Amino acid sequence: MSELTVDAGPPDAGLSKHLTPFNIITGIILAGGAVILGIRFTQGLSATTNLSHNYPWGLWIGFDVMSGVALAAGGFVTSTAVYVFGMKEYKPVVRAAILTGFLGYFLVVLGLLADLGRPWRLPYAFIKSAGPTSPLFEVALCVALYLTVLFIESTPAVLEWLGLKRWRKVVGSLTLGLTIFGLILSTMHQSTLGAMFMATPTKLHPLWYSPHIPVHYFVSAVAAGLAMVIVEGLFSHRAFHHQVEISRQHFENINFGLAKAASVTLGIYCAIKVVALTLEDEWHLLATGWGAWYLFEVIGFFLLPCALFAVAYRERKLLLVRVAAIITVLGIMLNRFNATFIVFNWKLPAAERYMPSWMEIWVTMAFITFAVVVFRWIANHMPIMYEHPDWKGDH
Amino acid sequence: MSISRRGFIGGAAAAALATGTAEAGTVKKFEGYPGRYGLLHDTTLCVGCRSCEVACKEVNGLTPVEAPVGDTEIFDAVRRTTDTSLTVVNRYLEADNDQPAVYRKLQCMHCNEPCCATVCLVQAFEKTPEGPVLYHPELCMGCRYCVMACPYNALAYEYDDPLTPKVMRCTMCYDRIKEGLLPGCAEACPMGAITFGGREELIEIARERIRKFPDRYINHIFGEHEFGGTSWLLLSGVEFGKLDLEEGLTSEPLPAIATSYLGVVPLVVTIYPGLLMGMHAFSKRQQAVAKKEREEAVAQTLEAAEEATQKKLAAAADRAAKDKARAVDTAVKKALAEAEQGGES
Repeated sequence: MSELTVDAGPPDAGLSKHLTPFNIITGIILAGGAVILGIRFTQGLSATTNLSHNYPWGLWIGFDVMSGVALAAGGFVTSTAVYVFGMKEYKPVVRAAILTGFLGYFLVVLGLLADLGRPWRLPYAFIKSAGPTSPLFEVALCVALYLTVLFIESTPAVLEWLGLKRWRKVVGSLTLGLTIFGLILSTMHQSTLGAMFMATPTKLHPLWYSPHIPVHYFVSAVAAGLAMVIVEGLFSHRAFHHQVEISRQHFENINFGLAKAASVTLGIYCAIKVVALTLEDEWHLLATGWGAWYLFEVIGFFLLPCALFAVAYRERKLLLVRVAAIITVLGIMLNRFNATFIVFNWKLPAAERYMPSWMEIWVTMAFITFAVVVFRWIANHMPIMYEHPDWKGDH
Repeated sequence: MSISRRGFIGGAAAAALATGTAEAGTVKKFEGYPGRYGLLHDTTLCVGCRSCEVACKEVNGLTPVEAPVGDTEIFDAVRRTTDTSLTVVNRYLEADNDQPAVYRKLQCMHCNEPCCATVCLVQAFEKTPEGPVLYHPELCMGCRYCVMACPYNALAYEYDDPLTPKVMRCTMCYDRIKEGLLPGCAEACPMGAITFGGREELIEIARERIRKFPDRYINHIFGEHEFGGTSWLLLSGVEFGKLDLEEGLTSEPLPAIATSYLGVVPLVVTIYPGLLMGMHAFSKRQQAVAKKEREEAVAQTLEAAEEATQKKLAAAADRAAKDKARAVDTAVKKALAEAEQGGES
């Protein structure tokens, strides 16, 4: 099996071989994204985005950064379960989750580079004029460090592929330390992304604003990470089925375990939302229009998948697990979009509100496509979906 | 020198060290630089002529105003500051029979504790001892968190500039102040609605006006305490809520609210490693105990099986010996019988 996968992909037989529908669509999306980024860096953010003085953060921050970081949480969640708590039955999904996490954070950086006014000054925060009072400083530092951790955590697959046994051993010995460091960094920046909104008590609607918003962000990120591991498994298990070594039964059991964990996490999230409503005395706001939108988000995209995950686990229905996971992923995005630009400036008249431009959406799609292409290439060439025969059973 | 909260605390600590009197029970609070400047906008005097807007653009070398002074149609929509209009005047209440129209001028309020400075990850903002908050574009990376964080919607960004965009906002005409000149808007106001001076004196003036004309003003100086206080102060004849200014804002400085969570961070860094290593050790120990128990159970089973086998073997050997004895016995008896028969015959 490993021979088959190491040499995956047909031998090069001219250009026509590469003109598959997947490659053509991918090429169009990526080329379009490159053109739009070209416009952004020659004519400015106003030529490509609908950002305004009232809405300085739009889709590139709301999706690429706010949602991207949360959805990439699967890496730290699964690696903690396996390497810290010894839940070895989840080992087959850790590598894919860490790779997804690494590419997710890479996407965050790409999104930032497109969105920042002067992206080449990104290192200024560390080398020129550090502003440690800013929550964003903490996020930047943690993301930079965590991206490094995820990179090192991803290297075993590369080193096994290259046959560098000695280096592979060195990295292997770092696993526990890296996992714990990754969990520390994730706890910090996942929650601080929420804490960034604590500076906007007059602009963010009170139902979304909370002194406990960092906790809301961290708990929902854990749920998002679990859901993304399930969704990622849905696609990669199909695309790379010839590589997957574990039995169908084992794969399903992993999904049911993740479903159970996701249900509990979403349950905790809904509970702390109720606590926030009570502590901040906001129950009466539920009767307003924004209250309906809030209930739509919390019930439709958090409480509902919480219940679906529980039923799916009990009845052992894989399809239902996947449906619940997709709803959760959409829910996280809706929640982050709400804070960043939908219920932000909720008092502004409708005409002054923000809607992403088609170019912002296209660039975001291009970044996602780029990450998928890189994931596909790595999974096709390196031991991601299976264990390298030389390192079988190694922990 | 920039002032972050950290700077305040550091300064207070340094002062305590210098005097060597760390007296218990003494309240240490930094109330801001003494003698710093401010501006008082008396909205009851403002007639919405927008001379301040024109002057602001001239002083800062920005594009001229879109509608001439005296144009009232521009008030039909509420405007905000932009990268080319650092101050705007809006009409919030139209004139009716006994009440003239109410206007309010909007610009950077130059907070005592500016949140834009706190949330900037490259410290591109500076609160000067004179009062104005300054912005240093040579440090700015353009994340626009300051624009998000400003509670007065006073900051704008140059979205049109592809490579060198800046945050644009009122500077309180810092350079003019240093030269002893008035800020552009204060100099231009024909109604005396904008007064420049020391912030403390301006508060006194405002109090005096409220005391003298209790029917003209409500008893509230906006900016005296809001979010820790601002350099710009406002007087009004109507509730500030009607002028689109948040009323009942907490007097707690916004930076304190914005950074309250960051204190948790060192706790995570210090508690997690030990806690997680402990959990890891616990899970390893559980696995080791389970393994040992399994091994013991296996050993016990093996031992019992061994014993049973030994017993079986012994029984079999016993049976075999008995069988053999019986066979010998039978053979002997047979031989004896045969011998007896042979003897008879």
